[in-house]
Amino acid sequence: MIRDTTVGSKLWSIVVWVVTGFFILNVAAMMATVVLNSFATRWLQSWLPAAYTTRWYIASWKEFQLDQVLIVTFEIVFVVVLLSGLLGVPAAYALARRNFPGKKFAMLLFLLPLLVPPMTFGIPLATVLYQVGVGGAFWGVVLANLVPSVPFVAIVLVPFIEQIDPKIEAAAHVFGANIFQLFRHVMLPMLLPGVLAALLLVLVRTIAMFELSFLVSGPSSQTLVVALYYSVFASGVRAGQSIDAMAVLYTVTTLIWLLIALRFVNPTQIVGRAR
Amino acid sequence: MTIAVSEPRLTFRQRLAVREIDGVSLLVVPALLVVIALFVYPFLYGVILSLQPMKGGGLFANYIAFFSDPYSYNTILLTLNLALPVTVFSLVLALPIAFRVRLMKRQRILTTILVIPITLGTVLVADGLLNYLGPQGWFNRVLLAMHLIAHPLRMTHNYWGVFVSLLITGFPFTFLMTLSYVSGVDPALERAGATLGAGAARRFWHIYMPLLVPGLAINFCLSFVQNFSVFPSAELLGAPAGETRVMAIAAYEAAFQHFDYSMGSAIAIIMAIVQLVIVGLVLAGRNFFYRGSTTGGKG
Repeated sequence: MIRDTTVGSKLWSIVVWVVTGFFILNVAAMMATVVLNSFATRWLQSWLPAAYTTRWYIASWKEFQLDQVLIVTFEIVFVVVLLSGLLGVPAAYALARRNFPGKKFAMLLFLLPLLVPPMTFGIPLATVLYQVGVGGAFWGVVLANLVPSVPFVAIVLVPFIEQIDPKIEAAAHVFGANIFQLFRHVMLPMLLPGVLAALLLVLVRTIAMFELSFLVSGPSSQTLVVALYYSVFASGVRAGQSIDAMAVLYTVTTLIWLLIALRFVNPTQIVGRAR
Repeated sequence: MTIAVSEPRLTFRQRLAVREIDGVSLLVVPALLVVIALFVYPFLYGVILSLQPMKGGGLFANYIAFFSDPYSYNTILLTLNLALPVTVFSLVLALPIAFRVRLMKRQRILTTILVIPITLGTVLVADGLLNYLGPQGWFNRVLLAMHLIAHPLRMTHNYWGVFVSLLITGFPFTFLMTLSYVSGVDPALERAGATLGAGAARRFWHIYMPLLVPGLAINFCLSFVQNFSVFPSAELLGAPAGETRVMAIAAYEAAFQHFDYSMGSAIAIIMAIVQLVIVGLVLAGRNFFYRGSTTGGKG
C-alpha cells in the first residue's frame, strides 16, 4: 500500500476520519438518548434526565402486552427460520452441484426478492394474502417473510457448498452409503456451520423485518418491530419513556442474536446481497 | 462396406441425467415454487388487478386517475427528491472513507459498528431521531451551546428528519458495498501509477475511478431502490401528508386505508416502473465506461 506523506494527504485523511467519527458519534448519541429516556422519570428542557427509574419497563410490558408480542414474534421467526432452512438448503445444494438447464433463470428468480425492496413487492403480496384469507393472521406473516428468507438462504449457501469437495460424497457412494447415511454422516456435518450461519442471519433479518410483517399482520400477529412502529406512530397518546423502553427491549432482542451471528459470519454478509 | 454402429440407447432418465437433471437438481423445485407463488404470482396478479379499477372506467382508469391528480403524481417527484440526494450523498461520503478503511488492519471493528444501524432498522432509528433531533434533543442543544445557531433547527416532521434517517440506515449498506469494490482493485495498479509519478488525486481519477464506475453504478442502483421505497421513517419522522408523502405511503393508503386494492396495486406498479427506469438509465450509462478485470497482470 502507498502511504502519501504530503501535507494535503494528511489533512485529507484527518477530514475523512473526522467525518466518520461524526457519523458514528451521532448514531451512538441517538441510541444513548433512547436508552437514557427509557430510564428517565422526567426529561424536559435539560441535558440529562431529572432522575432515573425502571418503572417504564414494567409499564411498557403491561401497556403493550409485550409478553404476547414476544411470544408471537418468536413463533413467527422460528417457523420462518425452520421453513427457509428446509426449502433453501436443498435448493442451494442443487444450485451448487448441478448445471441444469435454466439454472441462470433460477438464480435470477432467487436474486430478485433480495434486490427489489420489500415495500414494492409487499403491497401486491399482501393483497394476494388477504384475498386468500391468511392476511392479518399468523401464517400470512410467515408466508410474507419467506419471500426474502428462502432465496437468502439459497444464495448465501451456494458458494459455501461449492467449496466442499464433491469427491467426498463420491467416496461415500463408493463405500456403499445409501442416501440417508450419506446425508446423516457426510453432508450434515460438513454443511452444518454454513447452514447455522445462514439461519442465524435469517433470524436477525426476520426480527428486524418491518415492511412485510407490517403489511400483513393483524392485531394478534404483530411482531415486536410492528408493535414498536404503532406505538411510535401514536406517540402523543403514551409516555415517550414507555415507548423508548419498548425500543430498548427490541434493540436488546435483536442485538443478542446479531452478536451471536457475528461470531460465525463476516458483518458484510448481513447486508447479504449479491455483489 | 459399412459397419452398422448401433447407438447405445439411453433411457429417458439417462438422457435427462446427461443434461444434469436428476434427483439432486430437483431439490431446487420446492424453493422455486415458493418464490413463484409468493413473489412472481403476486406481481402479475397486481398488474392485472391494477387494470380492473374498482370505480369502473377503462382499463387504465387507475393510472389516468393517478396522473391527473397532482396530490398523487407529485409523490413521484417528492420521492425522487428524497431518494436521489440521499443516495448520491451516501455514495460520495462512502467513497473516501472506503479508501481510508482499505488501509486499516482491523476493518472488522468498524464494519461491525456500521452493521448495527442496518440491523436495528428504520423504525428504531426513527424513534431515536425523534428525541435526538427534536427541539430539546442533544443535537440542537450542542449546536445552541456552541452558539452556532440562535434557535433550535427544525429537523423532525419534515424533509430533513427523513433524510437523516435514510442516511443512517442506508449509509452503512452503501459503505460496505463500496469497500468491497475498492478492495477488489489490485493495489499493484496504483503502485504502478505512483512509480510513474502520479499524485494521490491523479491516481484516484485516472486509475481507481474508471475501474470503480461499474461497481459504483450497481451500488447506486441498490441503494437508490431502497431509499425510493422508504416508508416507516417518512411516516414517523416526516410529514406524511405533506413534503414527505412518498409513493409507498400513497400506495399503502390506497390499498389498506381506502381498501382500493386495485389503485394500491397501480401505485405499487408505477413505483416499480420508476425504479426500473432510473436503474435502467444508470446501467445504460455504465456502458460508456470501461468494464472488465480490475486486477493487474500481463497482457
